[in-house]
Amino acid sequence: MLWVIATPDNAGNRRSTWDSDPHRLTARRRPGIASGPRAVARETTDEVQERVTQRSGPWGRKRGLSGSTTRQGFAVLGVSIRREPWIFTLSTLGSVLFGALTVADAWVLGWSTDNVVLPAFEDGEIGSGMLVAVLALFLGVAILRAVGIVARRLGAGVMQYRMQAHTRRAVTRQYLALPMEWHQRHPTGQLLSNANSDVEAAWGPIAPLPMAVGTVAMMAIAVGQMFLADVVLALVGLLVFPVVILANLAYQHYSSPLMTRAQQLRAELSEIAHESFDGAMVVKTLGREGEETRRFAAKAEELRDVNIRAGRIRAAFDPTLAALPNLGVLVVLAVGVSRVLGGASDAGDVVTVSYLLTVVSFPIRSIGWLLGELPRSVVGFRRVTSVLEARGEMPYGAGRVASGRGGAALRVEGVAYAHDPDQPLLRDVAFEVPPGRTVALVGATASGKTTLVSLLTRLVDPDDGRILLDGTDLRDLAHGELPRAVAVVPQTAFLFDDTVRGNVTLGLDVSDEEVWAALRTAQADGFVAALPAGLDARLGERGTSLSGGQRQRISLARALVRRPRLLVLDDATSAVDPEVEARILAGLREGGHDATLVVVAYRKATIGLADEVLHLSGGRIVSRGTHAELLVTDPAYAHLVNAYEQQHDGTAPVSAEVQA
Amino acid sequence: MSTTTSATPATSGTVLDSGEDFKAIDTIRRGVRFSPELKEGIGLTLVLAVLASLGQVVVPIAVQQTLDRGLNAPGGPDTSFTLAAALVAAAAIVLTSVASYLMTARLFTASERGLATLRTKAFRHVHDLPLLTQNTERRGALVSRVTSDVDQVSQFLVFGGLLFVVSVGQVLVATVVMVVYSWQLALVVWLCFAPLFLSLRYFQRKLSAAYATVRRQVGLMLSAVSEPVVGAAVVKSYAVESRTQARIDEAVAAHQSASTRAQGFTAFSFSLGGVSAGLANAGVLIVGIWLGFGDDISAGTVLAFAYIVTLFVGPVQMGTQILTDAQNAIAGWRRVIGILETPADLVDPGPEGRVLPRGPVDIRLAGVGFAYPGGPPVLRDIDLEIAAGRRVAVVGETGSGKSTIAKLLTRLMDPSEGAVLLDGIDVRDIAQASLRRSVVLVPQEGFLFDDTIAANVRYGLLDATDDQIRASADELGLGDWLAGLPAGLETMVGQRGESLSAGERQLVALLRAHLADPDLLVLDEATSAVDPALEMRIGRALERLMSGRTSVTIAHRLSTAESADEVVVVDHGRVVQRGPHAVLVGEAGSVYAGLHASWVAQSS
Ligand SMILES: Nc1ncnc2c1ncn2[C@@H]1O[C@H](COP(=O)(O)OP(=O)(O)OP(=O)(O)O)[C@@H](O)[C@H]1O
Ligand SMILES: Nc1ncnc2c1ncn2[C@@H]1O[C@H](COP(=O)(O)OP(=O)(O)OP(=O)(O)O)[C@@H](O)[C@H]1O
Ligand SMILES: [Mg+2]
Ligand SMILES: [Mg+2]
Repeated sequence: MLWVIATPDNAGNRRSTWDSDPHRLTARRRPGIASGPRAVARETTDEVQERVTQRSGPWGRKRGLSGSTTRQGFAVLGVSIRREPWIFTLSTLGSVLFGALTVADAWVLGWSTDNVVLPAFEDGEIGSGMLVAVLALFLGVAILRAVGIVARRLGAGVMQYRMQAHTRRAVTRQYLALPMEWHQRHPTGQLLSNANSDVEAAWGPIAPLPMAVGTVAMMAIAVGQMFLADVVLALVGLLVFPVVILANLAYQHYSSPLMTRAQQLRAELSEIAHESFDGAMVVKTLGREGEETRRFAAKAEELRDVNIRAGRIRAAFDPTLAALPNLGVLVVLAVGVSRVLGGASDAGDVVTVSYLLTVVSFPIRSIGWLLGELPRSVVGFRRVTSVLEARGEMPYGAGRVASGRGGAALRVEGVAYAHDPDQPLLRDVAFEVPPGRTVALVGATASGKTTLVSLLTRLVDPDDGRILLDGTDLRDLAHGELPRAVAVVPQTAFLFDDTVRGNVTLGLDVSDEEVWAALRTAQADGFVAALPAGLDARLGERGTSLSGGQRQRISLARALVRRPRLLVLDDATSAVDPEVEARILAGLREGGHDATLVVVAYRKATIGLADEVLHLSGGRIVSRGTHAELLVTDPAYAHLVNAYEQQHDGTAPVSAEVQA
Repeated sequence: MSTTTSATPATSGTVLDSGEDFKAIDTIRRGVRFSPELKEGIGLTLVLAVLASLGQVVVPIAVQQTLDRGLNAPGGPDTSFTLAAALVAAAAIVLTSVASYLMTARLFTASERGLATLRTKAFRHVHDLPLLTQNTERRGALVSRVTSDVDQVSQFLVFGGLLFVVSVGQVLVATVVMVVYSWQLALVVWLCFAPLFLSLRYFQRKLSAAYATVRRQVGLMLSAVSEPVVGAAVVKSYAVESRTQARIDEAVAAHQSASTRAQGFTAFSFSLGGVSAGLANAGVLIVGIWLGFGDDISAGTVLAFAYIVTLFVGPVQMGTQILTDAQNAIAGWRRVIGILETPADLVDPGPEGRVLPRGPVDIRLAGVGFAYPGGPPVLRDIDLEIAAGRRVAVVGETGSGKSTIAKLLTRLMDPSEGAVLLDGIDVRDIAQASLRRSVVLVPQEGFLFDDTIAANVRYGLLDATDDQIRASADELGLGDWLAGLPAGLETMVGQRGESLSAGERQLVALLRAHLADPDLLVLDEATSAVDPALEMRIGRALERLMSGRTSVTIAHRLSTAESADEVVVVDHGRVVQRGPHAVLVGEAGSVYAGLHASWVAQSS
């Protein structure tokens, strides 16, 4: 049910996900779990993530305890620092440079006052050298400081965007590697949100990171000086820190659950938007714009309310952090005054300590900005991790397929499959197609034909039994081998937003002549030639600029251009008119296509091509033989394929209908 | 005005507006118009903002006073003054913090409210756009416009917008103070900052373009991700993972480099402020000394001025930072507003819209021609009349224009020439609500929502009860099928209905249309994936159910044509034949005779 294998509680393992070298991802594929039961209901990342956090240590152990978010947040930042140590160092240096030069600025002003301004006013004259020195000092400091700013900001940006890009690549690799079942449970909109908003959230704190780290040095120096000046007052002043930590704990505690909810709502919003835009035509034709908008608005409003609540907490956190050091200064002054009166402190030290405390307030604020980003980051990171840790990629063997031209031998042995464990769909399906022969698969709607086809092309693996291509179990073939020998034309054509050529070749290295030949066999050459850009014409997302039948024919050409040794047509000519279908079928027969052919079809002409017809019903092959034989021996079959003629004769046999 | 995501050549006006033409201030103005919540209570928020930023000045002064007059009082530390002053200062700190909290909380509330409204309006507008305009932008990119683009705006509205106004105010106040001290030195400071102010415009333009690219790349990236996710089966069965990944990686890299570039501009333009400040400091001292020689100014004033300059520099830096960071938000804002600014040219005639009388609809296509944007005409001179209550089959070759006719009949598009009339009324004059109520299309590409069968069917009739749904299924001859499903009406159909078989998806779509109880039903290959026996059974059921309505059925399986009252044959965008099946079949050498011959050859 769950495709997530919890990572053991050890940091090394966790890191390996992040040092996302694609090969390592592949190496971690676990064999033997691809045929687990499939839940019909989809699982949101959050549920998955819930379990991940419960089982896997690093993020889960201390969940719910106060302080854990901060620690987890730093762990996430640690991941990015390990991944991009150099850029991190550079931007931190930039930040330190900036801090140092901010101090230098004050020094330059002091120096200029003492050595230039005051003497000049006293003497009534000044050497031009001094003026140049003043200008040079101020400008030098300013320019160096600008360099620091650029290094810090650009460094942080580069680091952030690099981490985003790494993560996006890793996440999308997972999307491509995970099995169909996983995809069916995860709405597209949610996956978009994982790859976009969650990744952005995860690496959000990188922006304030260098500043915060850079100012830590500033803070350490200031604190050291405070102790040098007056230990007791320094301790009083440092009382600010536990209060800051408390404020942070409270902030993290209250905002984490809100951030979690907000990210989840963002995913759901994206889900609704994607689905609704995907079905825009249905929405329009049924005039359901209002309902769809209400569905979207409900989520948008929920997100709005959560964001407002989180925003209020943030609104309290920032000024609190800004105010605390200032209040600390006042406490130091109050305590200081009595100490000075009691002779325990020197007035100058009180001033120094309070001044240093105001210096500390800047680092505290910049660390506060960092802390403020952490809850969202942890949530985003978790959501991304749950995708990265999802398991269930198909295991592949090392087998190869013969590279000859002849048809392949297909053998299906005792195959069983269920989409839903309580509802077995295919049971004990067995048949054989010798090389170069054609088998037609006929069955009523929802009898499992497409499911069988997806087993043949290994979109899913059987729960039981096996499927052999040229004697090799499909599961023993290396990745990419099966598609070298087998091509399927799916029942619903799917075209990419690409050119005609790109859609036909899908990157396969074939000449334009071959593309045209395939288009010709698929009877698509005519309309493609009529397109102004010909093979270079772009088809729009999912091929919007073509008619339904035209899309099917491009999809057919895509299979044909590969000269597969086994061609599987899943009702691939349903949107094509009879005349064109006749020509396509003729083309398949001629043209030296000696491929083995499995066709799902209803039309007799297509079925008539077959050497053998398999009638699929109730999850089994209930009868097999030539079309002519089955017409005689299997009345249900006869009823199914003769339906049109029966109407033709006006004699629809009611009894047969009941049988079917 | 280029929407690079557009794949089909589209003429202007039908492309989704990218919003990139709007100026920043324009964007904000429009943004506020679409989200009136942003203005609510703005006055009080502004007052709070001023209070909060006053705190930044008042607090150091209060501390300073406590130090100078309490601790370092001439006659030794003055405890009572120190304590009193500390209390006053503490009160000031608390007050300004509370002001700051209230301001930020109010800003969050206003901006989140405004943005939720904006999102929802934009979402709605996408659905109001003509089909063809919707198709000019990929779904992933559309999704990004109503999700992440909007998210960008929030940060700016909370941490930018008002603070910018306040910063400008502070700059003005600081300028006044400077002028009071010394107008000459104030002039020097302004002169030192002049290059920055002048170059800001240039940088803003650069930044604006850079962030527009970033937002566009986000859309492209999401499209690159969503396409293979939706087409996962094809990607897997053709093992084109690495090619697909390469395309995604390309989009990811493009987004990365666009973002980095924008960040580079931001960092650079922000650092300019610091350089100007250094220049100003040096300038004040040097000019101050020079003025001192002329006895125009004292050393004290020069030094005080050096301090006042920081009051000027702080808000200037703040302002430039806000301005640069704002460009990202504005780029996102533009894209959302761009949706709203794209005309929904299939406008609902609104209250003047005419209402179709209930009962069978009669159809007239008068001189209809149609061309997809930028393409050749696909329909020409179609004159067709279909009497109310007829069952008409439309047949023709693949790509001849049948679905296009269906889309015109149901006003998913308007004809380029001529008019479509239902019951004698031009469809452009019919109120949308009435049109959608009376006319239903079952499109060639069925689409189901990731929900139960019942919920999907209810798209046809919102308040249909389960019993009503079951009754309609029985009428269509689908009762057994429905009863045979493990969870019945509660069966989840999966994303886009992919947990159902292709035939089953069509059954749900058909049931949905039937439940909508239309007066004109247009079926575009609605049963193409259903097995012949079931198709015939549905066909007979429809024949019964369609009495008292008009129906137009497009089918490649000519069984439909055989039983229709009348057949319309489309060829290369023209109606070439029409009449009852029996007559047309007899017209030797005709298109229909050809189609039918091959149909018979194939189905027997
Ligand atoms: N992903 C899935 N999850 C759950 N059930 C599924 C899934 N895919 C298919 N089914 C169910 O399995 C059964 C067989 O579906 P399949 O698509 O194989 O039928 P088919 O024979 O191809 O039908 P058609 O002729 O309509 O294409 C159907 O009842 C369908 O609802
Ligand atoms: N959105 C579009 N943009 C550009 N051209 C289009 C678009 N949709 C369809 N066409 C073109 O218009 C012509 C007619 O298409 P239409 O979908 O009406 O054909 P059809 O008769 O329904 O074909 P089929 O039987 O294959 O469904 C085709 O040549 C097609 O390529
Ligand atoms: Mg199927
Ligand atoms: Mg069509």
